[in-house]
Amino acid sequence: MDPTLLLAVNALAGGLFLLCAFGIVTMRQVRGCLNLFIAQSLLLAASAFLLGAAFDSWHLVGVGIVNLIAKPFVIPWILRRMLHEEIYARREIDQAVNIPTSLLAALALVILGYFLTLPILEALDPASRLGNVAIGFAGLFLGAFTLAVRREAVPLLIGVLAMENGAFFAGIAMSRNLPFIVELAIASDGLILVFVVGVLTRMLHRRVGSTDVGALAALKEGEP
Amino acid sequence: MAERVLFNLLQVAVVMAFAPLASGVLARLKERVQSKRGPSVLQPYRDLWKLFHKDEAVSEDSTWIFRFTPYLVFVTPVFVVLLIPVLTSYPLAFAFMADMVGAGFVLALGGFFAALAAVDTANPYGPMGASRTRMVGFLAEPVFVIVFFTVSYVAGSTIPYIVQKQWVASASNFFAPSHVLLMAAFVMLILAEAGRIPVDSPEGHFELAMIEESKALEYSGRGAALMKWGGQMKFFVLMCVFLNVLVVPWGLADSQSVAEVLLAIPLVLAKIFVFILVLVVIESSLAKLRLFRISEFLGAAFITAVAAMITRVFAF
Repeated sequence: MDPTLLLAVNALAGGLFLLCAFGIVTMRQVRGCLNLFIAQSLLLAASAFLLGAAFDSWHLVGVGIVNLIAKPFVIPWILRRMLHEEIYARREIDQAVNIPTSLLAALALVILGYFLTLPILEALDPASRLGNVAIGFAGLFLGAFTLAVRREAVPLLIGVLAMENGAFFAGIAMSRNLPFIVELAIASDGLILVFVVGVLTRMLHRRVGSTDVGALAALKEGEP
Repeated sequence: MAERVLFNLLQVAVVMAFAPLASGVLARLKERVQSKRGPSVLQPYRDLWKLFHKDEAVSEDSTWIFRFTPYLVFVTPVFVVLLIPVLTSYPLAFAFMADMVGAGFVLALGGFFAALAAVDTANPYGPMGASRTRMVGFLAEPVFVIVFFTVSYVAGSTIPYIVQKQWVASASNFFAPSHVLLMAAFVMLILAEAGRIPVDSPEGHFELAMIEESKALEYSGRGAALMKWGGQMKFFVLMCVFLNVLVVPWGLADSQSVAEVLLAIPLVLAKIFVFILVLVVIESSLAKLRLFRISEFLGAAFITAVAAMITRVFAF
């Protein structure tokens, strides 16, 4: 295959990855949020495959396979099993900041991500100076921003996972020979995280009747 | 040179002739998707014919703006057609008269006067619709600006004929993230500008919920026909810009032969038909947004356009 075309399609995956990250920050529905996370993970896997093919690196293909299994299929499956009504019954979730404002803040974060990666890119060898690095960092920041603006347990969890996606997206471009065992360890870490947060959220839901984590900031019931 | 002028006028004739057809096909297909029969695809032509043969009633309290606006709304898309590639891939006689920003301004002029005319009659629904269109308009403006900026940055020019060559130059240009993101942003813009479903419902006849339609409520007879036809042409022009400049600049005539230019007409119509199918899917699967959610919809379009710009300007 022609490496330039592979890298062009990889850049496209990067653009759509960024768009998914924006969507995760601003989506109103829990289910939409989860679907965007699935799409983002698929794009991450696609990017890993494309880079693996372009650079003849089996490690990256392995990263792609692990991601393809764990994130778009296993994690949503666990979430659906544990928190069915949280994902399907709730239509609207509120945010700490309104959506147009959070969009603009997200935009500023992306530009910050691009500027912060400039020195990192200079340290890399010319072949791996890809858009992936900057987009990955932007995804990391957007995931962190999701943690800041969301108040519900499930979108918060998706924010953490989106951060991880962003870190991986930058990582696959920076190092071709990421040891496979590290990748496996991180993927299983993510699964355990989902499992633990899922159990906690379920308990919270059972005891309080809602998973609005933002409401836990007040000491007494009824206070805003 | 004479040929180029002739082809340019042919473009205008094609747009004038087929714009109502495009609207008719869209309306019919939407009804079919919803398991209804729907009006004939020729219904817009019949409506225009009927309206042109009816008397026109103009309020005594209205000013010249009200009388002048239908002509302006009708003429501005025609001007834009002179500037954009509809049938040919090489620039025609008037192509260098103005660039894409100029074309955007000309289209905006029609919208501006339509809003003024709606306020002019003192019909209570007119000003409401006018202010809502302005709201949609000023939210759409930054998206337009960013899209045009990115497109001209990529192509190194703001003339649509030159931009169009850029995307098909190589496969990696076509798959460039900025290109795909721009397409997504522009689809959202077309939906907002043409008053299609997530933003406005073109079939709705409930005055309080109207955005685009309520501006033309006071017109009758010839004025209503011109407003209607102008709106259809504007929609057609937006689709032509989207398809021929941004997405699939194939199927256009490359040489000056008359046969090839004539052959381009069915090809362009086929492309527009495919795009209409996509629009039918979008319109049938989404619900109309509440008024204050429109800012979120266009905010998403803005973010998409800016993401396109970022991935292009900071490309490594």
